[in-house]
Amino acid sequence: MTIAAKANALWEYANPRKFLATSERVLPFFWIGAGLCLVVGLIWGFFFTPDDYKQGSTVKIIYLHVPAALMAINCWIMMLATSLVWLVRRHHVSALAARAAAPIGIVMTLIALATGAIWGQPMWGTWWAWDPRLTSFLILFLFYLGYVALWEAIEDPDTAADLTSVLCLVGSVFAFLSRYAVNFWNQGLHQGASVMRAGAITGTDTEEKVSNIYFYPLLLCIIGFVLLFIALVFYRTGTEIRARRTKALMARERVNG
Amino acid sequence: MIALLLRDLKLAFRAGSGFGLGLAFFLIVTVLVPFSVGPQSSLLSTIAPGVLWLGALLACLLSLDRLLALDWEDGSLDLLATAPLPLESVVTIKALAHWLTTGLPLVLAAPFLGVLLNLPVPGFSWLVISLLLGTPAMSVIGTFGAALTVGLKRGGLLLSLLVLPLYVPTLIFGAEVARRGATGMETQTPLLMLAGITAATVALLPFASAAVLRINLR
Amino acid sequence: MIPDLGKYADTVLWSYVVSIGLLIALVGFSVIRGRKVRAEMEKVEQRMSRNG
Repeated sequence: MTIAAKANALWEYANPRKFLATSERVLPFFWIGAGLCLVVGLIWGFFFTPDDYKQGSTVKIIYLHVPAALMAINCWIMMLATSLVWLVRRHHVSALAARAAAPIGIVMTLIALATGAIWGQPMWGTWWAWDPRLTSFLILFLFYLGYVALWEAIEDPDTAADLTSVLCLVGSVFAFLSRYAVNFWNQGLHQGASVMRAGAITGTDTEEKVSNIYFYPLLLCIIGFVLLFIALVFYRTGTEIRARRTKALMARERVNG
Repeated sequence: MIALLLRDLKLAFRAGSGFGLGLAFFLIVTVLVPFSVGPQSSLLSTIAPGVLWLGALLACLLSLDRLLALDWEDGSLDLLATAPLPLESVVTIKALAHWLTTGLPLVLAAPFLGVLLNLPVPGFSWLVISLLLGTPAMSVIGTFGAALTVGLKRGGLLLSLLVLPLYVPTLIFGAEVARRGATGMETQTPLLMLAGITAATVALLPFASAAVLRINLR
Repeated sequence: MIPDLGKYADTVLWSYVVSIGLLIALVGFSVIRGRKVRAEMEKVEQRMSRNG
């Protein structure tokens, strides 16, 4: 191998190498933090919070439903950001992180939809209603599916990264549009976003607020989901980098041998 | 540009190019609906605007994978990419040709199929107007999907999976116009939204399609 | 042990089972694939360094 080729190869692996080393060092903290927050938050929520006067014990579903729904959206936003970074700066790690995040988004959307359906059955008397929020999540789910399918379908990794990034950008605009279209199309059963409203946190909002007894374990669960998401993204991105490197090494082996 | 448009149109009308398949598909979907939901005319007239919109959308989707694939296979897409004409114009022309050969016939056929489904009388004009406004967006979005999947061997199914979620806003507002028109409600808000979406996609999406095509032609 | 969940016991328990199950499946699949890929890479790297 010539020196130029060696330098070139080194440059290509410099960033991913550094990423792997750093993530290796911080990953245990994220795993442990996520585990701690989730275990404490869920146990606190499940065993030590009272039933809601209106919704009974089903209120305990909130500790899974709300964080999963939040992460389902945040995951797409993260993919949008990494796609932009890839298109502008061409950092391979960025594109691979978007790829690694998509299946997590799918699972989060599934959890939000499943717990929503199970929760909706006793509360609204139906598993599924074409409510704007539910419908938007279903559409988001379809976007995730298309995104992952496109990644899987294209062989050349750089082409795949480019095309999926553009799809992510265009898809974001259309997902946003769909959200408003769906709102217009049907006014829903679902209550508004009650967790993050300022009034709900300070307790001044009397209507549909999530009161403090539920709020602290919920906050813990949300932190747990965020940490779990970060840990999973780091871990899975590492996997993608290694898979990519293995492929590159094998290709070089074939050329040399 | 006009030469390219004429060429595409000529190719579309030539035998064996599948022109008219979309129309036939639209017809057969509409005919199958009463078989699946029952022949009660009151039910049919309620669902007619939605069914016709969905039928037109699926017929449009069906013809998308041929939109760029033929030019890709015989290499003329590479020639077009190196031509002095910017790729953005090329994809716009492609979308326009697709609309003229698929979208416009669907719009013209829709009222006749509306008769089969007992569409209420005031609904006809609104159905045609909404389809006329909505189908260009479907062609442009479809061109984007076709550009994304053009290099793939079995892109057809993937194309549907990618394009259908992008059709959601157009379908919602378009079908809403037709539905409201058929029941005599005011249609201004969804009509404006539909027109806005179409205008924005026609203006902006060709840039994305051209970018994607450049990546695929690399 | 399990608190009294009233008439909604099924609802609550099912949503916990489904969600936690999905989470564990996600983590499990990620880790299994990660291990496999890492092992494969190390194998190839060793082969490369032996053959120069």
